[in-house]
Amino acid sequence: MKKRIFALLLSVLCLLTMAGCGDAKNVSQASGGASTNSTGTPSSVVQSAENNTVNTESEAEPLELTMYFPVSVGGGPDALIDALCTQYHEENPNVTVTPIYAGSYADTRTKVQAAIKGGNIPDMAIMFSIDLYSLLAMDAIADINSFCTTPEDQEWLNGFYEGFMMNSRDGDITYGIPWQRSTIVLYYNKEAFAEAGLDPEKAPSTWEELSDYAKKLTKTEGDATRYGIEIPSDGYAYWMLQTFCVQQNGFNLMNSTGTETYYNDERTAKGLSFWKSLAEDGSMPSGIVSWATTPSDFIEGKTAMMYHTTGNLTNVKNSVDFDFGVAILPSCDSFGSPTGGGNFYIFKGISEERQKAAFEFIKWMTDDERVAQWSIDTGYVATRPTAYETERMKAYAEDFPYCLVARDQLEYGYAELSTYNQAEVQKAIDDAISYVMTDQMEVGPALEEAQQTAESILKEYR
Amino acid sequence: MDIAMKIPQKRVQGQDWTLQREEYRVGLKKAIRGKWKKTLIAWLLLSPSLIFLTVFTIYPIAQSFINSLYKDNLSTLKPVFQGFTNYANLLKDKAFLECFWNNLLVAVVTVPCSIGLAVAFAVFEKGIKRGKFLVRLGFIYPTFIPMVAAANIWMFIYTPIYGLLGYINPNWRFLADGKTAIWAVMAMLIWKQAGYIMLFYMSGLTGISKEMYEAAKIDGAGSFQLFRLITWPLLAPTTTYVFIIALTNAYKMVDHLYIMTKGGPGNATNVLLFYIYQTGFDYWDTGKASAITVVLVGLLLIITCIKFFHDDRKAYYNETP
Amino acid sequence: MNSFTQKHTLQWKKVGTALLKGLMFLMLFINAIPLLWVIRTAFISQDKALDLFAVGLPTLDNFKRVLAAAPFGKYYGNTLFITIGILLVQLVFITLAGYAFARIDFYGSRLLFILFLSQLMIAPEVLILPNYSLMVKLGLNDHLLGIMLPFFASAMGTLIVRQTIKTIPTELEEAARVDGANLPQILGKVYVPLLLPAYLSFGMISAAFQWNNFLWPLVMTDSVSKRPLSLGLAMFAMSYETGAQWSDVSAATFLVCVPLLALFIIFQRQFMDSFMHSGIK
Repeated sequence: MKKRIFALLLSVLCLLTMAGCGDAKNVSQASGGASTNSTGTPSSVVQSAENNTVNTESEAEPLELTMYFPVSVGGGPDALIDALCTQYHEENPNVTVTPIYAGSYADTRTKVQAAIKGGNIPDMAIMFSIDLYSLLAMDAIADINSFCTTPEDQEWLNGFYEGFMMNSRDGDITYGIPWQRSTIVLYYNKEAFAEAGLDPEKAPSTWEELSDYAKKLTKTEGDATRYGIEIPSDGYAYWMLQTFCVQQNGFNLMNSTGTETYYNDERTAKGLSFWKSLAEDGSMPSGIVSWATTPSDFIEGKTAMMYHTTGNLTNVKNSVDFDFGVAILPSCDSFGSPTGGGNFYIFKGISEERQKAAFEFIKWMTDDERVAQWSIDTGYVATRPTAYETERMKAYAEDFPYCLVARDQLEYGYAELSTYNQAEVQKAIDDAISYVMTDQMEVGPALEEAQQTAESILKEYR
Repeated sequence: MDIAMKIPQKRVQGQDWTLQREEYRVGLKKAIRGKWKKTLIAWLLLSPSLIFLTVFTIYPIAQSFINSLYKDNLSTLKPVFQGFTNYANLLKDKAFLECFWNNLLVAVVTVPCSIGLAVAFAVFEKGIKRGKFLVRLGFIYPTFIPMVAAANIWMFIYTPIYGLLGYINPNWRFLADGKTAIWAVMAMLIWKQAGYIMLFYMSGLTGISKEMYEAAKIDGAGSFQLFRLITWPLLAPTTTYVFIIALTNAYKMVDHLYIMTKGGPGNATNVLLFYIYQTGFDYWDTGKASAITVVLVGLLLIITCIKFFHDDRKAYYNETP
Repeated sequence: MNSFTQKHTLQWKKVGTALLKGLMFLMLFINAIPLLWVIRTAFISQDKALDLFAVGLPTLDNFKRVLAAAPFGKYYGNTLFITIGILLVQLVFITLAGYAFARIDFYGSRLLFILFLSQLMIAPEVLILPNYSLMVKLGLNDHLLGIMLPFFASAMGTLIVRQTIKTIPTELEEAARVDGANLPQILGKVYVPLLLPAYLSFGMISAAFQWNNFLWPLVMTDSVSKRPLSLGLAMFAMSYETGAQWSDVSAATFLVCVPLLALFIIFQRQFMDSFMHSGIK
């Protein structure tokens, strides 16, 4: 027995030394996704006390930039981000961009805020466009206008869709560069439509039609139900609720300066009640519908329609084995969808050299051709009108016209919920939605409570 | 050893009384000096642990208490002293109250269930003759699986339609329903914990002599009676210890929430420690998060006191020769 | 009671025992399902993963994909470094402290003992927020050392060593003292060999704890290269789609679980023995 224990201790020691050696190798890879190439970069893992302090390597001064990013759709966009960063390094050997996958948008926000507070300031990040106010309150992000020194830069900056820039500016100053931006679209299964006697080329265009179609599309075989529609109610529940709000003549959940919410407005209640009625009809699963499983359900034919981000379009397209359609969301009084998704941010508190390098990287990423390719690869809206003029985009749109639906919906696009102390204010309405969806509270009281919570947080900022 | 033992205590007849007193005084001095020397050694031996204990347990508790008296969130540039306002606000905070009650429910349900299963497993394991290894492995392995990995696995089980339970009924959505979600989570916690507790019971069972069982068997006791009359009472010290461990665990296990529900739907599965994480690192309300930390520490201290009470009694019973 | 009914009750008892045994085996099976399920999904080809009754030759494709997609080697290295580093320091600390509590009668012993016990209840992971702020002040956030420091002192380990030393007769120590051994020699030559079983059981518990630890590394690490396995696994699992890629997530989960399970299987007997005799009750 003693021998065995000594053997254990010995092996433990060996492992320890191994681990020590492993530490010396510089591994700079994102967790999910294809492997990135980090050869030639100095080992910053062991020696440097802070990641972002000046690099002591004398020659060429290679820069290693860190970039946090979230993933909220399927189809492996993290691998694409990795690949883009690798490509950038090949074209600019002096700069390595290390993408750090940090979970959902909310997880990424948590992590970035913690890193900033902890003094480990990242160079840049892809984060919710709506984190703008929270980041401003922390005085954490850099003014992008100040980097645009040449006329070309100015032109580039002015080349984004105005609808996306609304969430990217504070006054005249630009803080975010639109990247993985989206609107919510309706995905529908054409075969299911035909089977239910509906016109496969005509998606529902009003709330009445939506609930009517959903009922007709719902069918039960044995234990298994194919639902008419799924609208996810976890994670991004507030975003889905916003669709039902802005469709009432553009009523939105908050004011434009991020200091007030209108959770207890009767139009909010109307929207939430309609959403809930779909579940009461039995045409949507009761309880919480999960953001992550909704696309799987659609692909597997477990639901005939779904509300989801256009960012999932390519994933759905590549995975379904039936004919499907994409349409702008049905209306109540008007069409409408909140925009959503992520912007690039550059952080304060890092050297100007690093900020400039990050700026160059972002410019490179948002070049027309790359924006077009990114849109083709994922389904996210290309953030620049000129990207839709590129040959590759034109060819793709000819083949697959649905890739233009989300862009066309931009005409009815509204700002996504964005306030000070975003996380907590957003949680208030998310909670209210889940209380209603799980039958724990009525619509009225739940929204009233959410409003009070938001009120108590936001009054500090007025 | 006690000082008193080193001191000459009985007066010896016929000797000079003052001499005896002198001897007594010297003895006492020596003993005290000896004990001071020992104290120095002991504190030296303890100092490495003590330093880390102070820096990472005692000081943070004090720091939490101080921070909890300040308003320190995203809206304040510098913390503002505000007395016990954070605590008063907690009483009005629905999410906090939900976490508090959820935690209590988790404790009340998972502790007895895990203990019950663990005893059953341990007794069963002792009773069988072949395949002991497989039985041990089958029961104990969840202990050695990381909580996040366990959460992943249980997501495969719970996810409607695709999950394992989906084969039985595709419409079961346990995690999506505010009423069932916490029970689904607790089922996993019991699975995760019962094997760990079983280890303690297996250890406790080895302390019970075979003769006792044989004597009882001769008296015609059935296996259930054997358990009720011998096994269970003799396992009492183990049970108390395990009870405390399980109770504190009920307040410490939160990793699975990050994967499974993030505390939702609403706050239906949220518990105090995860709420501290959300408040502290999501909402950056340091004051409030500190106040919840203090509450949680308070709760755990109460449990500690129960343990002390028990230990003192046990010490009294066991250490009288 | 006549012999007939006695026979009858005896039979019933047998039936009852058999039923009880059957029930326990059923429970054992249910308890094992999660593990069996994850192993099966990890080794089956991706297109069959969602079909419970699909059969197919086991494949290593899932593992290949997982290892290509995320730096699990790095995660392993980090976790091993953290786990073993903490354990080695702990073993030294708990031996010193456990000896002091078990063998020395000193001023303040009761107070210090209570202090140690309180750590048993209020473990460092409860204090994530203040400990995180402290690490930021020390500049140790996003460092492996920062993840490790709060766990160097272990009340549980101290208690185990104290209990074990109490069961060792003092004559051994006195004999060594007569031979002229000083305290470090006594500790090293007399106690450490006798404490090995206790070390083993504590080591398993400590290693399992660190291997599991998640929330603390989650808040402490910023860069991918500092992530331990648990965190790496969580991030990996979250980046994947529900359903379609479960075989990959299963493979990753399996990779993370295997080392501790293997250690447990190999050292099962020793672990049980030491656990039962080291005074953990």
